[in-house]
Amino acid sequence: MEKLLGEFSIGLFFWQTVLFLALLFLLRKFAWKPILNAVNEREEGIKNALDEAENARKEMQNLNADNERILKEARAQRDELLKEAREMKENIISEAKGEAQIQANKVVEQAQATIQAEKQAAITDLKNQVAELSVGIAEKVVRGELSDKNKQIKLVEEMLKEVTIS
Amino acid sequence: MQLILSNDYYLGNMQRKNLVKALTLLLLVFAFSAKAQHETTVEEHGDKDIKTTIKEYIQHHLQDSYDFSLTSYTNDNGEHVYIGAPLPVVLIDGGLQVFSSSKFHHGETVAEVGENYYKVYHGKIYKTDAAGTINLDDHHHPTNAKPLDFSITKNVAVIFLVGLLMFFLFRGLANSYAKNNGIATGSGRFFEPIILYIRDDIAIPNIGEEKYKKYMPYLLTVFFFIWIINMLGLTPIGVNVTNSISVTVALALITFLITNFTGTKDYWLHIFDPLGSSMPWIAKIPLYIILIPIEVLGIFIKPFSLLIRLYANIKAGHIVLMSLIGLMFIFKSWLGSPLSFGLAFAISLIELLVALLQAYIFTMLSALYFGFASETHEHAEEHKGEIEHL
Amino acid sequence: MEIPVMVGAGLVVIGVGIGIGKIGGSAMDAIARQPEAYGKIQTAMLIAAALIEGIGFAALFAV
Repeated sequence: MEKLLGEFSIGLFFWQTVLFLALLFLLRKFAWKPILNAVNEREEGIKNALDEAENARKEMQNLNADNERILKEARAQRDELLKEAREMKENIISEAKGEAQIQANKVVEQAQATIQAEKQAAITDLKNQVAELSVGIAEKVVRGELSDKNKQIKLVEEMLKEVTIS
Repeated sequence: MQLILSNDYYLGNMQRKNLVKALTLLLLVFAFSAKAQHETTVEEHGDKDIKTTIKEYIQHHLQDSYDFSLTSYTNDNGEHVYIGAPLPVVLIDGGLQVFSSSKFHHGETVAEVGENYYKVYHGKIYKTDAAGTINLDDHHHPTNAKPLDFSITKNVAVIFLVGLLMFFLFRGLANSYAKNNGIATGSGRFFEPIILYIRDDIAIPNIGEEKYKKYMPYLLTVFFFIWIINMLGLTPIGVNVTNSISVTVALALITFLITNFTGTKDYWLHIFDPLGSSMPWIAKIPLYIILIPIEVLGIFIKPFSLLIRLYANIKAGHIVLMSLIGLMFIFKSWLGSPLSFGLAFAISLIELLVALLQAYIFTMLSALYFGFASETHEHAEEHKGEIEHL
Repeated sequence: MEIPVMVGAGLVVIGVGIGIGKIGGSAMDAIARQPEAYGKIQTAMLIAAALIEGIGFAALFAV
């Protein structure tokens, strides 16, 4: 310890303290702060860049997922549209078919009705003509028959025979 | 050591004697601290034996000096020739005295400044008479007056140069960040991982995510300062800054001041009321009579161990290294010299590691102390939870 | 009375060496067992070693 104290030199101690403190303050101002700041900035830059890359990757993933989803949706929509179209087509066809059937039925009915009416008319006409003809014939027959008096009496008798009073 | 002993068998009698001498020298060098003060002060060149020369050389190497001499040799006329530059000497002795250290002629002569005479004795400046007499007391300590010495010594010059180097190095690094959009170029590629290591593995785990920022400049500065200066100490330039206690005291003092000035309420509470509300106050009193002094002592022991650790590690490393190199001149044999060279080489490699390790430990422990100082109660609770969890 | 003091210091250094060695060894064991707790173990190891080292230095410089 005595030797240590003997070795101690105030001058060297003084200069070391002064020079070291000066060095410390100069370096702090002109070297360490800029260096540490630069390193920090760079590290932060790298970190940010990495974060950004990560974000971009995530976004990309999202976009991809979106794309996929949209594509799926589009596909589904297309399928649906197609299905709808097919259904519509079938509907239209079936509707048309039904309509046509109905129309056809109607036409047939109408035709039948017309035919019926015509027939009726024809029958009525025929009846009328037959009646007229019958009346005419009957007239002629009656006229011929009733020209002879005997024959008239005979007929009346026959008639009376037929009509038996019960 | 084992290697030497196992080879011992093959050595001749003479060499074995030398080995024993060498090992003794090694021990002596380790213990020179106590011995040195009892050496005679007479420094006669020429008839000193080699061991004393080596010892003095090591001692000289470990000392600060008033001039920046890289090497010296003795020329044909028997004069010492030094290669290097003198540095200014600044003394406060009845006013400011500034003169060049060349006046001392490397401690060999008395410097005359105005009407005062100064002489360097064992690396320190003493006021003497015109003849340069140094009066010694019974313990061989000089009794001459010692002027307040604020000289720009070799260490101060090195500290200054390292400061300049660091300033331009890291200023350049900061500029290169600004220029290249926050990407380091050139030397930054080397320094940036270290800076990040200090931030991510020293500051943040020890201090905490929220508070580490204000301590970062100090931790970075102290780490690079100690590391660079330790590494410079391993170069042949022969500068040894961190093995002077004054430097480490200054460094540890700054850590100490930062620790205690940024100490939170919880930090002081931990020192003066370590048990908290775990027991009634009446029961705490007898415990606190012992506990509080220990805790208070701890405040001072922490930086003290910091400064001693750095100082002792670097100093011991230098002593071992130089002693091993010195062995080369003692052995002067075909076996001893390569052996000491190999050992010195291995120790040099270890010292490279130690240079970094000491910087790391100083920084790490500083960060740890800052962490203690800036911890808040919630933080402590968190730690407690972690421990219980483990 | 110089030698006994130095021997004492040497003994302290031996003790410190054993102590730090044990800490280091235990830390290695702990790291081997829980490699994920490396950082925490290292910190604890350094603190403990530093405290013991302090005693060693105290002994060395008390000589």
